[in-house]
Amino acid sequence: MKPAAFTYHRAHDVRESIELLTELGEDAKILAGGQSLAPMMNFRLARPSALVDITRVTGLDYLRHGADGLRIGALTTHRTVETASELAGFDVLPRSAHWVGHYPIRCRGTFGGSIAHADPTSEWCLLAVLLEANIVLAGPRGQRTVPATEFFHGFFATAAEPDELIVEIHFPEPARQAALTEFAQRQGDFAIVAAAVRLSSVDGQCTGGRVVLGGVDPRPLVVDISNALDGAAVTESTWDAVGELVAGQLDPPTDAHGSGAYRKQLAATLVARAFAEAAAR
Amino acid sequence: MKDQHLVSLTVNGAEHEIVVEARRTLADVLRHDLGYTGTHLGCEHGICGACTVLLDDQPVRACLVFGVQADGCQIRTVEGLADESELSDLQQAFSDHHGLQCGFCTPGFLMLAEAYLAESDSTADPGQVRTAMASNLCRCTGYQGIVDAVCAVAKQRGKAGSP
Repeated sequence: MKPAAFTYHRAHDVRESIELLTELGEDAKILAGGQSLAPMMNFRLARPSALVDITRVTGLDYLRHGADGLRIGALTTHRTVETASELAGFDVLPRSAHWVGHYPIRCRGTFGGSIAHADPTSEWCLLAVLLEANIVLAGPRGQRTVPATEFFHGFFATAAEPDELIVEIHFPEPARQAALTEFAQRQGDFAIVAAAVRLSSVDGQCTGGRVVLGGVDPRPLVVDISNALDGAAVTESTWDAVGELVAGQLDPPTDAHGSGAYRKQLAATLVARAFAEAAAR
Repeated sequence: MKDQHLVSLTVNGAEHEIVVEARRTLADVLRHDLGYTGTHLGCEHGICGACTVLLDDQPVRACLVFGVQADGCQIRTVEGLADESELSDLQQAFSDHHGLQCGFCTPGFLMLAEAYLAESDSTADPGQVRTAMASNLCRCTGYQGIVDAVCAVAKQRGKAGSP
């Protein structure tokens, strides 16, 4: 299948990108790695009137790790994150990267593009919510920052305005004990359910945790486990209990990939598995 | 009216300057405009990997890149592997290990494997090779011959890994 006609505009810096978006109107879309947008265009699920190609914009491809956390430039590829070393405290990102599509997809697709696309099973969207990242947007009115917990509005819908561009994703706080796991029928496919968790523990006792799920809601879903972990032992039975607690709160959709009941069972298993992995860090 | 752009591409070392419509994928530019029909198109939405080529040394689905985006880039296709009449080591290994039957997916697998073998962290470990080769679809071989071929070349090229 071939995409419908569009006009192509190459931007060379952030300012030019925003000027082009403003000038071309809201039917224009940003083209970064194109690994989600191009298939949607080939299927004609998306028919943008114009594309603003930002792949040659310089200065948006970086991983900066310092005292104020980790900053990821929007054009950083998944592969760059996957092969990054020295991300102490944030190594859940490289450890989870292998779940993102396949190797050639990861070589071309970008971190910012994945956040902007806002697929509710996207690994980066889940981890941005899990680690309470901030999404930095540039637009004609200047820069603004939106917490990831407020950024995702639903399937492919975000807080970004049509004339805004994601320039950076900022992870302020490290999470040493964190993990993401998922299940798909074939490796590299979209997850049926994905679970991202973080844990804090002292001397074999849990002091807190957080669970974010993909594939059960139109956006990354933060599940309330309030006090369930406080004081609980760092053992497998704790993870199983939290998995059941999480599944009990879900009302996931049924579709061709699995029923709602199946998704609940998957969620229980994957949450327990992710906590076990996080606890081992 | 068509949105047309003048682009220059270097394919397997040969320079080309052509006018392409914005909506034309790199795969169609290579096949229809430049005649590099070794690059095959299966699904045209990024699932099968038959159209995999190297774009500035990176493996890409040529159906998910627009030709105009490749302006000024170096592209390597399956036609660039063999040296005159001699098959490359990788092509020979695919033949030796029965890594192809109908051959439709083979150009994509060869370019995928070339990219994998060029990675600094790639090894001859069959598990790692299998994971990388899972990027593309093959409906004939059952993949074992493909994995065997890539492992054999990885070893020949001095990559570490279990036997």
